[in-house]
Amino acid sequence: MSDHEYTPRSKFGKWFNDRLPLLTLGKHLTDYPTPKNLNYWWTFGGILTFCLITQIITGLVLAMHYIAHADLAFASVEHIMRDVNYGWLLRYVHANGASMFFLAVYIHIFRSLFYGSYKSPREIIWILGIIIYVLMMAAAFMGYVLPWGQMSFWGATVITNLFSAIPFVGESVVTWLWGGYSVDNPTLTRFFALHYLIPFLILGLVVLHIWALHVPGNNNPIGIDLQKPSKDTVPFHPYIVVKDLFALLLFMIVFAFFVFYSPNILGHADNYIEADPLVTPTHIVPEWYLLPFYAILRSVPDKLMGVIAMFAAIGVLAVLPWLDTSKIRSAVFRPLYRQFYWILVLDVLVLGYVGAMPAEGLYLLVARVATAYYFAHFLIILPLLGKKERTLPLPLSLTEPVLGGSVAMSAAKHKSEKNNL
Amino acid sequence: MKKIKSIIFTFILIFNSNLALSAEKIDLLKVDWSFNGLFGTFDRGSLQRGYQVYTEVCASCHSMKHLSYRNLAQEGGPEFSLEEAKAIAASFIVVDGPDEYGEMFERPGKLSDKFVNPYLNDNEAKSANGGAYPPDMSVLVKARGGGANYLYSVLNGYEEPPANIELDDGVYYNKYMYGNKIKMANPLDDGIVEYNDGTEATIEQMSKDVVTFLTWAAEPHLETRHRIGFKVIVYLIILSILVYFSMKRIWSRIEPKV
Repeated sequence: MSDHEYTPRSKFGKWFNDRLPLLTLGKHLTDYPTPKNLNYWWTFGGILTFCLITQIITGLVLAMHYIAHADLAFASVEHIMRDVNYGWLLRYVHANGASMFFLAVYIHIFRSLFYGSYKSPREIIWILGIIIYVLMMAAAFMGYVLPWGQMSFWGATVITNLFSAIPFVGESVVTWLWGGYSVDNPTLTRFFALHYLIPFLILGLVVLHIWALHVPGNNNPIGIDLQKPSKDTVPFHPYIVVKDLFALLLFMIVFAFFVFYSPNILGHADNYIEADPLVTPTHIVPEWYLLPFYAILRSVPDKLMGVIAMFAAIGVLAVLPWLDTSKIRSAVFRPLYRQFYWILVLDVLVLGYVGAMPAEGLYLLVARVATAYYFAHFLIILPLLGKKERTLPLPLSLTEPVLGGSVAMSAAKHKSEKNNL
Repeated sequence: MKKIKSIIFTFILIFNSNLALSAEKIDLLKVDWSFNGLFGTFDRGSLQRGYQVYTEVCASCHSMKHLSYRNLAQEGGPEFSLEEAKAIAASFIVVDGPDEYGEMFERPGKLSDKFVNPYLNDNEAKSANGGAYPPDMSVLVKARGGGANYLYSVLNGYEEPPANIELDDGVYYNKYMYGNKIKMANPLDDGIVEYNDGTEATIEQMSKDVVTFLTWAAEPHLETRHRIGFKVIVYLIILSILVYFSMKRIWSRIEPKV
């Protein structure tokens, strides 16, 4: 980064900045040189920041009215929906906000997979991102428990029971998690406390994530290292700010449609039935964003191995920078990887679909094949592909013509135009 | 490449239609509800009639825990006048107390009271209904896949059971109920309530009215939600257009076209 000394103009600014260089930080953020060829897939970082802040603010107000007690939680949610001023709006924004958050994070992750943003020198950014993702799942799961409906209760029962698969200490661990011998009031109160804590952990990690990003700077659709600053970059403000804002507004339109016109479509009807430990719902399904992992869990016949497979499905992402042996970042120059990338997208969608279906017959078979393929993609295909694949020649910069062949550059341009929506 | 992408899109399409199929195995009766759509609002008359059906028929078994009598006069609901709502509340006996001597006492209901529960507790409700708990109706529409159409269908789905199905005592056959067996006897019969506004009380009419009422009960701010939603979306669209042109303007400084 070109952190040439920055001197505030006013005397007070100078005095303040010498003691706490906030103005230098601000200057760094606005001047931050960003590749000018970033497409709209790169706007999801800003969108995710918006999602996090929305969740924290709506959650804060909801927490003022919500009562974390097994006998009162359901009624307090109804109180929010009926009697609190705009309580319905807060709750629907918060509940749908979780789904929108995951929608955005999946796009963000798959963008990174396509353009190789996880590769050197951005491994730490990627790993921080995976930790954020895991925390998001924990927060979402615990948040879903709070209304204390049937799915809340039984979802909590199923997921916490997974820990009973741990050899020797499993049962004790589950009792410890529950704070008793079944999911009950102590479980609810601790989930509420943790649900309140996790977003702030995420916020801290997001700061680190952005800090780590600002060391090497953004990757870009071509995936080559750029001179910074140069003709290939633009200052973050106003160029990227206005573009992120535009994308955010489009995202908010979709968000608003869910909140105002089908606020319950992403939830499960059973969660409007108050939790009843004596009545098990016909099938227990997690929220849509957890379905692929649920499918992996159920595709393994052994409980312990299933749990290991589920956690490994996320763990494998954390070591992805070392599994992908290709030196070329962007899939634009990796014709074979591009094919496998889309197959992976399809595979994850299939996993999500079978995750929502009963684990039997054909569904179970498909789940097993898709699970096997998921791991094969990361553990076999990616390491081999980096060694075997014939990649296309890279351009030297965004503006200068490509060395040894204009075909690739035009291919790249074609690609990035297509991605520019 | 293109092929894989098209497979993905086809998959998403199938995925959606499949989910819809599995959610409702038989086609529910579809009603053109006035509260659906971008500007959907409740039909006031239908809400008031629906309240009458609820209170004269359903309320003898089904509680409505989360509603208060004041809600009946609230904007966006049945909109009874304050006097009417007060009179409705006063027609119920509420157990209050303890008084200064430690005694519970009965008094007429007030606007601030919650709807009176037909049973003392859940166990009494169960034992009075052959072991089946009549579900609370406050959010019933949201608690069933298929929502308003599902409830409407169940109310219109009582039939003689097919020959191969045997029913126990106190169990009835219903075409639309999940599992086809229901412990509630057909609650509606033509003319079982007498509407004040002269509307003919057919089963279809009553079920339509009561489901409208239950939808409002589950979602009392639906009208406000639709109204605000439309404004929010129009606002966002206009702002997006403005920001789009600002963006073009700003980016034109460094290159002719973005």
